[in-house]
Amino acid sequence: MVDPAILTVSVQELDFDTAQLQRALLSGANTEGAVATFTGYVRKHNLEQAVDTLTLEHYPGMTENSIRDTLHKASERWPILAGAVVHRVGRLSCGDQIVWVGISAAHRGDAFAACEFVMDYLKTRAPFWKKEEGPQGSRWVDAREEDELKASAWE
Amino acid sequence: MVKVVFFARIREQLGCAELNVEVSSLATLVASLKQRGELWARVLSEPNLICAINQVVFDGNDRELEQGDEVAFFPPVTGG
Repeated sequence: MVDPAILTVSVQELDFDTAQLQRALLSGANTEGAVATFTGYVRKHNLEQAVDTLTLEHYPGMTENSIRDTLHKASERWPILAGAVVHRVGRLSCGDQIVWVGISAAHRGDAFAACEFVMDYLKTRAPFWKKEEGPQGSRWVDAREEDELKASAWE
Repeated sequence: MVKVVFFARIREQLGCAELNVEVSSLATLVASLKQRGELWARVLSEPNLICAINQVVFDGNDRELEQGDEVAFFPPVTGG
């Protein structure tokens, strides 16, 4: 009997320390052979427009459940040991960290694949919305078809 | 009462984050919201609008609603 993967989700305004998050992913039992992580940042430009700040809105409750469901799907698909997602909300500036995904597994292939799957699903399933502000004013970011295609490719 | 919530661009366009309506199905809820004016009718007819019932995405056209249900309308998501 394999222990179920330990899955954690945090949606928060505060910034995060990726080194600390990665250490927290490890069980202490030295069963992990690999940890794959992804960190997303606020880009200076989007679609050729300058971005100064980004405001992220979410649907409290549904957002956390949606991410937990995605991590659970990943744990059913790959033999991962632990998975964690931290996603920030509120007002962020250019260069700030937005999102972190960490996956531990015995082998790197499973960690890489699960990490990418979680990010692709998060981008298209979890209810978050970005509003950009720059010199030209503010605008809600449109969903990208490319992101939906990436997520659908896992099905 | 059914609690209706709106997010992001949809919330801003409607100028409304939350309201309560006495209805027993999703179809009657949408019809009653569209009667609130031309703006509401237009925004709630957007082809990409996403509907969630009790925080789970709902793809169909109609479903019975019960007292205390929460219905959300929002645009395609853009997190990550």
